Order: sequence, then structure tokens, then C-alpha cells
Amino acid sequence: MIGFLIRRLFQAAVVVLLVTMITFILLRAIPGNVAVAILGPSSYRNPQVLAAFNREYGFDKPWIAQYLLWLGHLLQGNLGFSWTLDQSVASLLGSHLPKTIWLVGVSTLIALIVAVPIGLWQAVRRNQMVDYSFTALSFLFYAAPTFFVGTVLILVFSVKLHVFGPEGPQGGLVSDVTDWRDLTLPVVTLALVTIALFSRYARSAVMDNLTEDYVRTALAKGASARRVLWRHVLRNSLIPIATLLGLSLPAIMSGALITESVFNYPGMGYLFFKAAQQQDYPTLLGFIIVVAIATVAGSLLADIGYAVLDPRVRYTRS
Amino acid sequence: MTIRLATDDVVPARGPASPGLPAGKTRGMFARGLEVFLENKLAIAGVIILAAIFAFCFLGPLVYHTDQVHVNLANENLSPGSGHPLGTDNNGYDILGRLMAGGQISLEVGLAAAVLATCLGTLWGAVAGYFGGVIDAVMMRIVDALLAIPTLFLALVVVSMFPPTETEIILVIALTSWLSTSRLIRGEALSLRVRDYVQAMRVMGGGSARAVFRHIAPNAVGTIVVNATFQVADAILLVVALSYLGLGIRPPQTDWGGMLNSGINSVYDGYWWQIFPAGIAIILVVIAINFIGDALRDAFEVRLQRR
Repeated sequence: MIGFLIRRLFQAAVVVLLVTMITFILLRAIPGNVAVAILGPSSYRNPQVLAAFNREYGFDKPWIAQYLLWLGHLLQGNLGFSWTLDQSVASLLGSHLPKTIWLVGVSTLIALIVAVPIGLWQAVRRNQMVDYSFTALSFLFYAAPTFFVGTVLILVFSVKLHVFGPEGPQGGLVSDVTDWRDLTLPVVTLALVTIALFSRYARSAVMDNLTEDYVRTALAKGASARRVLWRHVLRNSLIPIATLLGLSLPAIMSGALITESVFNYPGMGYLFFKAAQQQDYPTLLGFIIVVAIATVAGSLLADIGYAVLDPRVRYTRS
Repeated sequence: MTIRLATDDVVPARGPASPGLPAGKTRGMFARGLEVFLENKLAIAGVIILAAIFAFCFLGPLVYHTDQVHVNLANENLSPGSGHPLGTDNNGYDILGRLMAGGQISLEVGLAAAVLATCLGTLWGAVAGYFGGVIDAVMMRIVDALLAIPTLFLALVVVSMFPPTETEIILVIALTSWLSTSRLIRGEALSLRVRDYVQAMRVMGGGSARAVFRHIAPNAVGTIVVNATFQVADAILLVVALSYLGLGIRPPQTDWGGMLNSGINSVYDGYWWQIFPAGIAIILVVIAINFIGDALRDAFEVRLQRR
């Protein structure tokens, strides 16, 4: 177990380092001159000013030195400075990240609570009406672009029925709780798309487990079908779903970006979209690194959870 | 977007080369696979829907002529009716005609990006899995690192650097979506490289390139084809997302996502016909492709047939 943990931690560290390299290459691949972008177009006429700026921020050094400098800043928590918003990327993250975590967290939790029982039900009633109906629904929401789902929800529930607000809560985290009517549609949009994914996965996980020997053994011992399903099959099916949760974080983040843009929800995805429009690269890259680290940490946790829950993994993988 | 692919990573890769399959029975296997595919009603429905939409997009403009280049504000926001069966959008473009023109681009981008991504992913995965060891470790860590960055975020950064043409969008989508393919193929390659026939070929003096191109890749064809199918659907959804964010195909050209993007601005004024045709077209195509992909998976899946 210890060996497995160390190997896995080392792997994760390597992946994070690679992410910083890829991000840095992206940063350098961007056409244009950082100094000109910050000091304004007229600075072209002032080569000394540009040179001084480049010297001060290390842009005159070889790229490997620049990378190490940038990595050093990153390790100190300095993600760069957004010159379009005149704020450090870290402070932007501080104000926008909690909103996204809240949105993603609530909708993912709802998605899990809804999707796992649906998948279980589908697997038990395999190839019956219930199974076909939910499969059709999950196909529909998987195929529908997230913003199309969001727009239709706004049209129905805000414009026609006036039940929920068309725009996400604009304030801090507190407003997400007090203005729950405004938060409902963004959460439902993201949850619907995630349920489509999770329920299909839960269905196949349960179906795989239903063919396992332990199910036959338990039934032969006289356990009721209900007990076998809830005590044995469900528990075992939750293990791969935990892994899925870790792996699907990037996909959920992509969904969050779209959802936040549809509902003007001032989270990280929306800010990322704005930054992309304004070519605010420090913000873009700072955010990418944070999401990537979260993803690596997520799959690391999922793997460790997997190993803790299922002893077979420990021995085969290490 | 990458949602489907994330699940595929976790599911153990199952291809045609499951244990116990005699190598000489390719034809019989193909016939059996085709049989399984044709038995699947959803797959047939998928093929029919897809064929109909292809005919609509590529043959439709031959009989239904519309001007999709010049803005005509005199005709803006007309509701569906005579002259314009699906109405017009906020630039006065006929929506039925635009659906055809936009569909051409959506389908072209989806197909081309999926083919490119599949080739790249297959090559990367086969090489990593075949060589194993340090090469495998390095190559797969690169894949892990890229997978940690949400596809949409990555595509958004790249696309925001320059206004993209259709070719560039295809490249960007291909370069951001080959990762899951490479993981699946690597899994296949790991199990294929220790097979007797690969060993025998090595003993007879065959090189690594021959092993990868003549033995590993062809034997992983089931995984490759099934994955490529889902790639098409994901690529279409990704280009739709980019267009929605205003970073897709440039006007006057458009794709279905671009139609949704321009329609959403006016849909709250009651012009519902500006988003539903494109939205429904996207859903139909993606569902049809998924039906086909699922059926192909079943057709290639020997293990399931034996159960």
C-alpha cells in the first residue's frame, strides 16, 4: 500500500510538472509582445522603456531561465497578473473560484443522487420499458449542447412560467444560498448533463456486477434479491463510479464554463470565457493550471480511494 | 464534449482480439459482427437518420437555392411561413438554407477532426504500448497532463490566439481530442504485443514499425472504429461549443453552433425558430452517431456475444 501510494504521488507530481511545461509553451506560443501589450502600443517608440520592462520581468533571459522563474513564482502562489482587469490572477481566483466550486459541487452531488439509482433501476430492468426510456433521456441530454439545454430551461421556466430567474446570483457565495431561485436553473442545467453521463455509467457498472459470482453465491445462500442489490451490487458498483468522478472533472468544468456563460454566473468559467475574448493570457493560463492541478488531485484521490476500498487493486497495481 | 470519452477510459478496453479468438476467422467474424449490427434497430435508425441529414445538407442546396452570403435586413426575423419554411434569422438569412450550409461545416469539421484525432491517438497509443517501459511512461504522462486540462479550455486558448478558418478549427479540435483514443489503444497494444504472432514476427526479424503498423493497429481495429465514431459526435459538440462562445467559424459562413449563437440573442424576443432547428439537428446527429457507435461496439464485442 505504501509503495503504491509513493508511486502514485510521484506520478501525479510528474503530471503537474508537465502541465506547467505545456502551459508555459502555450504562453510563449502566443503571438505578440508582452511588454507592448502591458505598456500600450505607443511604447513601440520607446525601445529603452521596453528593454527596461523586459529586463525587470526577466523576458530578456533564455527561455529555460524564464520557465524556471515562472515556475518559481507559481510555487510561491504567484499566478501572474491580469492587465486587462488590473488584478492579480490569485485574487481573481479567490473571488470567482468559490462560486464555481459551489455550482459544480451542488450539481454533481444532485447528479450522483439521481443518476446512481436510475442506473441501478435500469440494470435490473434491463431491456424493459424503464431501461429504454431512461436510455433515451440520457442520450437526449448527452447529445444536446449544454447551452441549448440552458436556453430552453430559461425559455420555459423564466420567460413563460416566471418560476426561476434567468440569471445566476450575482453576489458572493452568500447570494448563492439566499437567491436560490436564481441558482436553480444553472444547477439543473449542469446536473442534467452530468446525470446523462453518470446514469449510463452506473447502468453498465451495475450490469457488470450482476454477472459476478458473488451475486450467485449470495442468492444461493438465500439472501433476498433486494438485499443482494442494495448491500452487495450497489456497494461494488460505487467503486468505479468514484473513479469516474475523479476523471470527469475536466468534462464537468467544460460544462460549467458554458453554463456560467449562459446564466451570467460570475464564476471561474465565465471569467475564463471573458479572458479568452479579451486575450487576457495570464488569467487563462493561471486558471488552466488550477483546474489541471485539481484534476490530477481528483484522480489521485479516486485512485487512493479505489485502493482503500478494493484490496485487489493494491496487489495488482503495485 | 469529452464526457463520453472520460467513461471510455475507465471501461476496460474490449476489442475483437479478446482471448481465445482464432486469428484466421476474420471473415466469419465480420459476417457475425454485421449480423449483430443489423439486428440492432437503433443502429439502423441511426444510419437512416445520419444518411438523411447528410443528404439534406449536401444535396439539399441543389434543389433549395438560398443566398447565404449577403445580409438582407429587409427580411430579418421573419416567422416560418410562405417563402421561408423555417423563417429567417436576424441577418435575413433563410433558416432552412442556413441549416444546410451550417450542417455541411458541422459534419465536415466533425468527420475530419475525428479522423485526424483517431490517427494521431492510435499511433501514439500503439507506439507507447508496444515499446512499454520508459517510452510508455513518458508518453502516457504527457497524455495525462493534457487530459488534466479541460478540452474546451485548451481549445478556447488556442482559438483565441487567431480567428480560425475551418481547417484551423479541425486541427485544433483534432489536437485536443486524440488523448482518450491513445489511452484505449495503448491498453490494446500492451496486451497485443505479447501475443505469439507478434513474438513470431519479431523472431523472423520484423522491425518495430512493422509490429505497430501491421499487427498492433490492425488488431485494435474494433476499438479504433468504435472510438472514432464517438469522436465524430464529440467533435461536432466541441465545435458547437466554440461557436456558441463566439470563437468558431467566421461569418458569413456558419455551423449549427454559430446558428444557435446568433439565434440565442433574439430568442427572448420570441423568435423561437432561430434556435430550435439547429438545436434539434445537433441532437439528432449526435444521437444517431451514438446509436451507431454503441451498435458497433456490440458488433465488435466477442465477449458479450458469448455471454
